[in-house]
Formats: sequence, C-alpha cells, structure tokens
Amino acid sequence: MSISSTSILAESNILGKLGRIGKARELGIFLAFVLVVAVTTIQNPNFLFSSDGFRDLLVTPSILMIVAVGQAIVIITRNVDLSVGSVVGLSAYLTGRVFIDYPQLPWPTVFVIGLVFGALLGLINGALVAFAKVPSLVITLGTLYAFRGINVLWTGSDRINASDMPASFLALGTSSWWKIPVITIIALVVLAIAGFYMYTQRGGRELYAIGSDPDAANLYGLKVKKRILAAFIMSGALAGLAGVLYAARYGTVNSQVGSGLELEAVGAAVIGGVAIFGGSGSVFGAAIGAFLLLTINRALPVLGVQDFWQRAVVGALIIGAIVLDKLAANRQERKLVELRDTEVEQKEAQNV
Amino acid sequence: MSTTSAPGSGQGTALRLDGVAKSFGPVIALKSASLDMLPGSIHALIGENGAGKSTLVKIIAGLYQRDSGVFEYQGNVVDFSNTAQSKDAGIAVIYQEPTLFPDLSVTENIFMGRQPTGSLGRIDRKAMRATVRDLFSQLGVNIDPDRPTRGLSIADQQIIEIAKAISLDARVLIMDEPTAALSGVEVDRLFKVARGLRDEGRALLFISHRFDEVFALCDTVTVMRDGEYVATSAIAETTVEEMVHQMVGREVATLFPKEPAEIGDEVLKVSNLTEPGVFHDVSFSVRSGEIVALAGLVGAGRSEIAQAIFGVDNYESGTVTINGKSVRKHDPARAMDLGIALVPEDRRKQGVVLDSSVARNITLAIRKTLTKAGLLWPAAENQAASHWAGRLEVKTNALDTTVGTLSGGNQQKVVLAKWLATNPSLLIVDEPTRGIDIGTKSEVHRDLSRLAGQGLAIIMISSELPEVLGMADRVLVVHEGRITAEIDRADATPESVMFAATHSKAVA
Repeated sequence: MSISSTSILAESNILGKLGRIGKARELGIFLAFVLVVAVTTIQNPNFLFSSDGFRDLLVTPSILMIVAVGQAIVIITRNVDLSVGSVVGLSAYLTGRVFIDYPQLPWPTVFVIGLVFGALLGLINGALVAFAKVPSLVITLGTLYAFRGINVLWTGSDRINASDMPASFLALGTSSWWKIPVITIIALVVLAIAGFYMYTQRGGRELYAIGSDPDAANLYGLKVKKRILAAFIMSGALAGLAGVLYAARYGTVNSQVGSGLELEAVGAAVIGGVAIFGGSGSVFGAAIGAFLLLTINRALPVLGVQDFWQRAVVGALIIGAIVLDKLAANRQERKLVELRDTEVEQKEAQNV
Repeated sequence: MSTTSAPGSGQGTALRLDGVAKSFGPVIALKSASLDMLPGSIHALIGENGAGKSTLVKIIAGLYQRDSGVFEYQGNVVDFSNTAQSKDAGIAVIYQEPTLFPDLSVTENIFMGRQPTGSLGRIDRKAMRATVRDLFSQLGVNIDPDRPTRGLSIADQQIIEIAKAISLDARVLIMDEPTAALSGVEVDRLFKVARGLRDEGRALLFISHRFDEVFALCDTVTVMRDGEYVATSAIAETTVEEMVHQMVGREVATLFPKEPAEIGDEVLKVSNLTEPGVFHDVSFSVRSGEIVALAGLVGAGRSEIAQAIFGVDNYESGTVTINGKSVRKHDPARAMDLGIALVPEDRRKQGVVLDSSVARNITLAIRKTLTKAGLLWPAAENQAASHWAGRLEVKTNALDTTVGTLSGGNQQKVVLAKWLATNPSLLIVDEPTRGIDIGTKSEVHRDLSRLAGQGLAIIMISSELPEVLGMADRVLVVHEGRITAEIDRADATPESVMFAATHSKAVA
C-alpha cells in the first residue's frame, strides 16, 4: 500500500512538474504543430494520410531536431553555437570518406566516429568560450567559417555519392520500424537522453543555473567553465551525429552540406521556448520547435502560399514566439510579485 | 594544534583574521584587517564606505585571496582559492544583493550543486522539497518551494540564502548589509532567525550601517577604517559616539579648503521631490557661489536625486526650478539648455568617451554651437577645447590624445571642462575625486572653489567626509532617500555628519 501511495504521489509530482514546465510553451507549440498538420491535411489529405506523407512528416525534421536539441543545451547556458551547420557538413563528408578509405570498417563505427569528431569540434568552441572568455557569438561565428573553409579545402569540387557507401548504411535513411522512420527513432532516443540529463542530473540543472545568472553561479562555487565546455561538446557531438544521419539519408555529400542549419536550429529552439538569454526552456521545446519550423515549410506550398511568403512566415513565427515569451514573462512577473505582496500583507496582518 | 598560535587567539575561535592585507595593483583595499569570531555569538563589523568591509568578506568567502596575514578557520590556517572551498568548510556568505537564479525554483536554488541524488544520479526532488518545507517551518516563513525566485522580495531572497546556509550546516554565517532593503517587519523576522542561529552555536558576522540594529542584535563590534582594524569592543561597553569617533577619527588638514565666495541669488530650487522607494520629499535650494554637499552613505539615494534633477531619472512628484524656470522631468536636453551640468559618478562609463580625443570629449556638449554649415570643423573644436583644457590645466600631450590614456584625475578635468564649456549656472558633481591621486585631487578642489567664486552654484555629492567638510558651505545629509539633516559649515564635524548619515531620526 505504501509503495503504491508513494508512486502515486511521485507520479502526481511529475505530472504537476510537467504541467508547470509544459503549460506555457511546449504544449502551445505542439498544438500549433497539430493545427498546421490538420489544416494542411484538410487541404490535401495526402499530406498526412499517404504513406510518403506520414513518413516525410516525421523524417524531415529529425536531423534538425538533433541539432536543435544540442543548440538548446548551449542556449540554456546563455551562449550560442553558430558553428553547428559547419560541423554537420564536416561530419557528413568525413562519414563518406571513412567508407571510401576504410571499406572494411563495420558501418556502425561511423556513428562513433561522427559523434567523437563532432565532440572534438565542440571542444574547440567550448575551450575558446570558457577559457579565452570571448563571447560565444563571436567564437562560433569564427568557427562557422573556419570549419566550412576546411570542408571546402578538403572536399574541393569532389562529392560523395550513394555508391560510395554501403547499402546497409543507406538503408538507415529509408527504413522504418513499425512505420516510424529509423532516423526519427534515433532522434527521439537522443531527445530522451538529453531531456533526462537536463531535467534529472546535477550537471543539467547547473547548466540552467549558469544561464540564469552566471555571476551567481560563480558565487555558488559551481564549475562554470567545465559545464560550459560540456555544453559545447554535447552540441558538437549531436551535430556530428546529425552529419552521419545526413549522409545516410541523402546519400550525396558535397562541401555545402548543413549551410544555414545553425540559424534553423536557433530558430527551432527559440520557437520552442528556449529563452535566448538562457536559464529557461527545455530540449523538448526545441525539438517540437524543429518539427513546427520544417512542417510549416512543407505545408505552405501545399496551401498555395508563394515562395517569398514562406520565409516571411517563418520570420513572423520567430518574432511572434519572442513577443509571446516577453508578454508571458511580464505577466508571470506581475503575478509572482502580487503573490508575494499578498503573502507579506498576510504576515503583517498576523503580526498586528 | 593550530599551526600558528599567535597570542590572543582564543580557544574555540570560529574564525580569526589577523593583519590580513590585500591590494589590487597600486590600490590598497585592505592594509591590516583583524577579526575574531566566536561560536554562538553575533559579531558586528562597521566602518565608512571604502573601509574595506566588502573586501574582507570576499577574502573570507574565497573570492579573493589575501596577500599577507593570518586567516584561521576553526583553529586551522586556511587558504580558500574559490567559493566552493569555503562553502564546503562551512562558511556561508549572504551578500547585500542576494545571488539567486531567477529562473529556477526556490528548492533548486537552495540545493544547486549539491542536490540529493538517487539511482542513475537522478535528483531526488521529493527529498529536496521535504527538506525545504522543514527548513521554512523552522524559520517560520511561508514561501512556496516550487515557485521561481524571480519576483521574490529582497527579504524573502535573504531568507532563502539563510535556508541555504542552514541546510549546509554552516558554522559561520556572514551577512553583508542584509537589512539595507528591508522593512521593519522583515528586519524583525531576520533578527529572530539570526538569534536562533546564534543559540544553535553558530558564529554570525553582521555588517550594517545602522547603529540601532548593531546594538539590538550583536554581542561584539569591530570597527574598521581605511582598510585597517581600529578596535573591537563588547557591545555593552561601547556607545554610538565612541563607534562614530573610531570610524571617522582622522584629521581634515591635507585638503584644499573652499575660499570664501559671495553667496548670491537662489539658482536651484527643489521642492518635495519624490520617487517611491528611492527618495522621498526632498526639498532644498542652492544659491550662486555656494557649494552644497550631499553627504551620506552609498545607496542612500544621493546620485538618484542628482539624476532626477538633471532629468535622467524619473520621479513621481515634486518640482525642480532653475533661475525661476521649471525643469521638466525626463528631459536632460532641456536641463542642459537651462544651465544644469552633471559630472556623473562613474567617470569611465558615463563621463568620458574613452576612445575619443580630448578635444572631442571637451566639445561634446557644445558641438551644435560649434558647427558651421552643419559640419564640425577640427579647428573650431580644437580652439574651444584648448581654451577649456588650459583653464583647468588638463595635463595632456596633445588635444588629439585619446582620453583613455589620461590619468583618472585628468579625465575628470576633461569631464569638468566639457560641462563648463556649456556655461552652466548649476554644476552637479557626483563623487568628483573618486580614484584620483592626491595632487590632482586638490587641483579639482581648487577648480571647484574658483568656479563657486565666479558665481556658479555647485552641488557636490561625496562619500569622503574630509572632502565634504573642506569644501561645502552647507551639508545636506541624505539617509535612506530623505534629507535628515542640514548642517552649516561652522557646525559640520566628522561626528555630526556621520551620526546623521547612520540615523533615521534627524539630529537637532
């Protein structure tokens, strides 16, 4: 009896907590996603109900989702990683090169190689930000160009083709388990692990603390540099993984893979409620943001919206998300202050 | 047992400092600080602004490292190299501005960095919440453990800091001016909590400018002055007068005194200026040829009053008139047109443009009048600049030297020159000689004196008593946003000004 009652209590706590966190943003953004899918499907049932449509709905945002989760982790610490697009590009090309140069390697190894390679690039970013104390915006803008430059130098006009890679590897990009594309399953596993880390582990909570007030984090004696380094390594590793998946899904890799992906990742995180000044939001929000962003991109042509307007809509979405955040934050602040004032009044009444 | 057992180190001392010194480059923050904290006792630390109290706190916290001297904690010499070490040792510091994470819940704030964990390293939120509930009921406060700390009052934030200290089982608790922003009820609550902690055998350090609170709460008091230890006495054996004397006891001789000037007509009149929570019902006037000092402690609201007069800061009610014309609020451009000049407190951020030349800086406020056909010619700039640089004897190689390369004193002269070029009738100077070497300091004083002699009305905000006493015709003492005393030059002594600055009741 005691077991069941505690587990119920624990559950209600979890639900309460989830409700508290999710109430504002994650749920809202998820409903927006559902709305977009519903409206588009009414216009053209194939958008959801054809087997290709369903698959595209899930698989298209998956790679961005992985990158956006990494980006969210970095933004939560009040930093930003603009180099992720270039990391994806390098990692995708590296994957192809590994298959060409070491055909005897079992293909699952490329996942480890991609992850470690991305983590190393993340380490460069993180070390520069944490120890050289240069703002991450500047550092990662620099490495965005530097990594891309290396990529262009390395690839030249060369490209990796599907024929260079084993069929079993490429099958990852096309196969499904119980109708769920494998790439999406990998992305969801990544999301679950990242969410678990950010919500239940000390390290994850410290990332929130650092982003909420870096000076206070120092006074608390938190290991700020180590944590920021870790955040950039995670972001790099996830971008590296995304690069491997890119190679599997598209089969062709040139020197421009992942260009502009960094801004989509930042956009997804912001739309998903990750505050650009750090300290709040969640990786789940960023993941749903990635789904919303790319689904709108695919839905607008179906709805007959012109090319030009598609980009404007995405822009409006990002600005709208930030304005909404600001309004919600103002309202919450007012409510919290009111709550405090009534408490004080009660106390003073008691004292009198 | 202890590695150094200097005479006087009592048995069972919780924390002891002896002859601790700290400097930052050429600036000496602490010359020789000593402190002896006993378990089960509340120790007060008092001293003027700049006496070195905050530096001392930061050394205890491990944020700074001492250059020399002894630092013992529970009988052992310690060298904390960061705040985590002092915290682990059992020292908790509650800073004047609470340092919480606004986005995180009250519970998370209390446990950050040392959360209880279960399987897979998962944070045990239930255990955390239960502990916090216990802590809060022990402290007799009613704060929702799940709410974010954003929006909490300073008093509640301090209670959270205290709860954190208790949950750490801190043996030594340092509170740096905890009552500065609290209401009467909140102060009472804090004192009750502090006494409870004392009775549990913890050692508390209480830093405050309010003597009544020191007498109400503390057992022992240590006075510091100019980075040095002055005296320690049992609270029962000392008086306010003695403490004030120990805080200010120095001679006022080395400064350039104001020369007598003819006091003319009223230039500025401020009536009932009020901004809730910042300053209240401030009324005063300044005549031409007069230097009026706004004295008081840092944070008393002096700079805010000055910025409200100049139109930078807003205010809710009250009026400002200059030469009979009213000054609109929130309109510094009009204040400038009417003849008000403000030399701000933070010279490097608000006073000069560090990367621009001396000439550019001096002519910044009059550049409109220097333009010909809408263009600003270097010749006109240099001519105006060299006139004012010469009058104030700015020491610079050339007018196109970057201001950032000048000494602090010469930068200040550039700021003064900039405002004098606008031909003001009221000059407000906020901490005019802070961080300036002695030689240039007396030159700035001489300049201010001469300007008053030429009929300028001057408001001088200063935290340095010798400067206030040497320069001012009248001293207005600001305490917690109100003018609590007006003292004429003849009656102004270090004791009378300091007494008024630390007491809420006006002195006769």
